[in-house]
Amino acid sequence: MNIHEYQAKALFEACNILVAKGVVIHKLEEIPEALNQISSDRYVVKAQIHAGGRGKGVFVNSLKGGVKIAESKEEASALAREMLGNTLITHQTGPKGRKVNAVYFSELLTIDKEYYLAVLLDSVSSQPVIVVSTEGGMEIEKVAEKTPDKIIKVLIDPSLGLRPFQSRYITYCLGFQGKQASQMSGIINTLYNLFYEKDCSLIEINPLITTLNGDIVALDAKVSFDDNALFRHPDILEMRDLNEENPKEIEASKYSLNYVALDGNIACMVNGAGLAMATMDIIKHYGGNPANFLDIGGGATTQQVTQAFKIILSDSNVKGILVNIFGGIMQCDIIAAGIIEAAKAIKISVPLVVRLEGTNVDIGKKLLEESGIEINSVDSLSEAAKNIIKLVNP
Amino acid sequence: MSILIDKNTKIIVQGITGKAGAFHALECMKYGSNIIGGVTPGKGGQVFEKKIPIFDSVIDAVDKTGANATLVFVPPSFASDSILEAIDASIDLIVVITEGIPVRDMAEVKTKLARSQSRMIGPNCPGIITPGKCKMGIMPSYIHKPGKIGIVSRSGTLTYEAVWQLTSRGYGQSTCLGIGGDPITGTTHTDAIKLFNEDSETEAIIMIGEIGGDAEENAAAYIKDNVKKPIVAFIAGITAPPNRRMGHAGAVISGGKGTAMAKIETLANAGVAISPTPSEITETLFKIYDP
Repeated sequence: MNIHEYQAKALFEACNILVAKGVVIHKLEEIPEALNQISSDRYVVKAQIHAGGRGKGVFVNSLKGGVKIAESKEEASALAREMLGNTLITHQTGPKGRKVNAVYFSELLTIDKEYYLAVLLDSVSSQPVIVVSTEGGMEIEKVAEKTPDKIIKVLIDPSLGLRPFQSRYITYCLGFQGKQASQMSGIINTLYNLFYEKDCSLIEINPLITTLNGDIVALDAKVSFDDNALFRHPDILEMRDLNEENPKEIEASKYSLNYVALDGNIACMVNGAGLAMATMDIIKHYGGNPANFLDIGGGATTQQVTQAFKIILSDSNVKGILVNIFGGIMQCDIIAAGIIEAAKAIKISVPLVVRLEGTNVDIGKKLLEESGIEINSVDSLSEAAKNIIKLVNP
Repeated sequence: MSILIDKNTKIIVQGITGKAGAFHALECMKYGSNIIGGVTPGKGGQVFEKKIPIFDSVIDAVDKTGANATLVFVPPSFASDSILEAIDASIDLIVVITEGIPVRDMAEVKTKLARSQSRMIGPNCPGIITPGKCKMGIMPSYIHKPGKIGIVSRSGTLTYEAVWQLTSRGYGQSTCLGIGGDPITGTTHTDAIKLFNEDSETEAIIMIGEIGGDAEENAAAYIKDNVKKPIVAFIAGITAPPNRRMGHAGAVISGGKGTAMAKIETLANAGVAISPTPSEITETLFKIYDP
């Protein structure tokens, strides 16, 4: 789960990490009051969306940049008015962009030096890793590509935790000295503890800056959390912003279905993430276009299958449905019952190709046959893909 | 002709009294797996299916039954504790079916695992089967057939797809194992391919991967230097949209290695035959392997 920059900064502030002072607004009428709370004559105005690359992003009304500097209250207010409710497109949002429902004002600080700092899981060692660089404020992927020696990674043994020598090492590698070095060590410790205690999957500060008066301040903040661990963090779950998520994906998650909207016209319903991806791949391979990724999981009930149909059919682009089930835990007769139930509850007006294999496949196929619903039933995945493409593009 | 499990594997089931645990324990027993005990804290002394004793702890179960393998169905919030308990009892093989275990919990388990002699398969996986001999998992039994092709996969249902392609054409499998789709797993593609490579009865290997991480790339490096047996790979996720599953800074660590195309290229360069679709895994294999 992702949270907004302003929420991440509130988390930082709660554990005494300095951030540029700021106020978030969700409505136009909140602008004057918000600007009065910041004692500065220059402001940074930042669109709050769950995507990176905001600075280089473009709004649909042609305003360039989701992060702007304003020289006066009036300018800050005008920029916020343009951003709020507008749609921002960045290299991470896709061509449709994201609607901006919140704008963050912050004081403009004078930067001495910029750094990069992140805590995340290293997939190779299965351990948390702290990643730092003196090349802050740039795209870290580009730094990794051009000057990989400027990126320092320190692995943390989760059973030992972050040790003082490790935070010292990171601090000195970045060139901090004296009082600032101990301040930086403290920040690294605090962030690792936050990462660990809140089950974060990523904490990223880019840039972390030093100011001319020697403070170390987080100018930006990106924090995301492990979905599997949200059950033990009700406080984090409260920060979830449903506006940032696709409504169909929210609806799907209510029923424990894993749905990702795509832009094709052939809907898929599959059990298992790997097979769901492979089903999308084979549709594409034979010249079709998948409308979604949908994994109904290992133990779906008839009700979940019915809901899954409702969700995929609510996408008006869908011109056909391919159901591909290889039953392990999932029993084919449950899928069949779900299809029949869904067909009764909602009219399935598009062609339906069903491929069942695995546990209770014979009962499942018999149920479908006897239901009287118009179904193109096939035995192999390639046949299923070819048939649905033919039915969708007659 | 198998790796890791056979007829002599003595299995306990952790979480045997839960719905999934009970259903699949019974299915494994029907297949002929040597299930000799179950563990559910608080239910020690009860009996499963009139003959399988249930214990309060793994240590107790091992003491009384001599179990050397465990199949874990414990719900996600308690699962890591159950795995640690199994490692503590020095169980050789720990197969974890549970889906949705927090990453932090698995990171802790993994460090404990590294300091032990236990091997873990999973979590979030279908388990392992040596056809005709032993099944420790949730895969549908009837699709398998004893034979000489080893299968390793991150995905459950996609493994069934490959198995069924072989069986329905009359070819069997030495052992099939699902290593799980989570970011932290006990056994990697490389581990499994190494075991298959060293197994005298496995003649060919099918490897199924998917986007994210770099397990497939690591396997490719191992294959290039060590594997002479015919090996075919299918990688799922060519059409998966970017930025949906991988975080921003995650890309730094994997250095652009997470995409399906990158994995396919790396594997092809290591001499692995690539199946263009999930339906052609067997055909692709039989081009380089005469069974």
